[in-house]
Amino acid sequence: MHGGQEKVGMGAGEESTRHPIVQARDLVKLYGDLRAVDTVSFAVMPGEVFGFLGPNGAGKTTTLRMIQCVSPPTSGALSVFGMDVRDHPAEIKRWLGVVPQETNLDPDFTCRENLLVYARYFDIPAREARERAETLLGFMQLSEKADVPIEGLSGGMKRRLILARALVNNPRLLVLDEPTIGLDPQARHLMWEKLKALQSLGNTILLTTHYLEEAERLCDRLVIMDAGRILVEGRPADLVGSYAGDEIVEAESSPHVLACLKEMGCRFEVHGDMVQAFSDRPRDVARRILETCNAGRVFVRRGTLEDVFLGLTGRELRE
Amino acid sequence: MSRSLHLPTRLAWKVWQRNRDVFFKTYLVNFLPPFIEPLLYLLALGYGLGMFVGEIDGVPYASFIAPALLAISMMNSSFFECTYSSFVRMYYQKAYDAMVATPLSIEDVIAGELLWGATRSLIYASSMLVVLVAFGVVSLPSSLLVVPFSFLAGLLFSCIAMCFTAVSPSIDTLNYPSFLFITPMFLFSGTFFPISVLPGPVQAFATAALPLAQVVTVTRSLTLASISPPIFFYSLAWIAAVCTVLSLVSIRLMRRRLVV
Repeated sequence: MHGGQEKVGMGAGEESTRHPIVQARDLVKLYGDLRAVDTVSFAVMPGEVFGFLGPNGAGKTTTLRMIQCVSPPTSGALSVFGMDVRDHPAEIKRWLGVVPQETNLDPDFTCRENLLVYARYFDIPAREARERAETLLGFMQLSEKADVPIEGLSGGMKRRLILARALVNNPRLLVLDEPTIGLDPQARHLMWEKLKALQSLGNTILLTTHYLEEAERLCDRLVIMDAGRILVEGRPADLVGSYAGDEIVEAESSPHVLACLKEMGCRFEVHGDMVQAFSDRPRDVARRILETCNAGRVFVRRGTLEDVFLGLTGRELRE
Repeated sequence: MSRSLHLPTRLAWKVWQRNRDVFFKTYLVNFLPPFIEPLLYLLALGYGLGMFVGEIDGVPYASFIAPALLAISMMNSSFFECTYSSFVRMYYQKAYDAMVATPLSIEDVIAGELLWGATRSLIYASSMLVVLVAFGVVSLPSSLLVVPFSFLAGLLFSCIAMCFTAVSPSIDTLNYPSFLFITPMFLFSGTFFPISVLPGPVQAFATAALPLAQVVTVTRSLTLASISPPIFFYSLAWIAAVCTVLSLVSIRLMRRRLVV
């Protein structure tokens, strides 16, 4: 991390701040009759960490695959670095770093060899590739595992190696599809630390995740998608403020409490044996429930992205 | 639309290099079969069975089957590389997904795989040739032409294999071409007995259309140093033409399967 750090980034300074790194207008992807991505528009600016959230089947991965030039859009405009994904896939991919959802490291090679072979796909000279491999193994805390075959790595190490691999070509845009999927809390925190470091170096990052806490921590801006459409777009804190309220009152649900809430004219939702109430004066609501409504447990908690997410996409299970 | 015209570029060699690197990591395992296999066949069939057969068309039986052993080795080494091994890389290891996330296109990836299949054929046939030369069952120097030819023959079977791989729903369904196509070809392509003993229609079909029959014809002409121009050049042209067509078809089928 120290000293070698400047080699790990890609330097957003090259990019004029006025031009988006990724721009989608009315982007559509059809699979037969299924509208996997249904007329979405968004722009990602240099240096931004931009998140795609949504339940399974929302169209997040499909959108990323179109940005990566591996899945052609059905209609609409999509440009990366100002180039059309349909016309310049090789030029665009030259400057992309991709972390796929599924671990696809090369099991026939060691950690270091994985990076070297991957660097060769980018036409990086062998000498430079060796230097970069060492820097990246160090940055990802994998130096000790350099000569270990892939099967000897833990899940967290594999994800870190994939991130190292994604950085081997000094990308100008990182595309991460669920970078921390299946990791234990320790491994996830280490991954976050690395992504934060990359972010602070000015890297532009796109990511999808099911971990809303992760999105809240990492993303400058995000969209929540469902059924191929973008439902909302904004900064995590703003979205929480406008869709969930900064604070939420939770109480044990009883007919008495519900009657009280109705009387106060408060918007509320019942989930199992709990009721959530939304108000711009959450503490007053909580006090009144506690004092006058014969309530059991009542507490006020901070609104989260999860409240926004569940509020917008519903609680129905997606499979 | 110009966007639909996709051809491989020089980047295909990056994929070839990747496969080469893996091959030489385990070279001891990889190099043993091409030396052991011809030895077994030569001893069992060439000298064992050959005791009863004597000569075919004035050629000692061991010398008759020597080119067939080379041709079969070209077929097996490339066909099985571009079916089972390629399927594992594509489907289980997701190696193609990892590669197309770089400047490589799917055309580069498949072309690299085909070139590697052809190279495997060259490596195996050349190693085997050393053994056959040692036994004195092939003529020199004409047999040396088997080395470049084995690359072309390997490319042929790689392309055929890749077409099957591109349409195979699972690794198990690759057993169909292996047992219904490769095994009969192994037996009925003029390998262990001349095609001329087969019934008329089968003979005509084998001579005109079976890929291995073409490869056996060319290889046998080279190892026996006796070229009969019309048949030799028909087989050579057949191989070149089918290679050209099927390389494009296999790449096209793979794009249809993987780029969605």
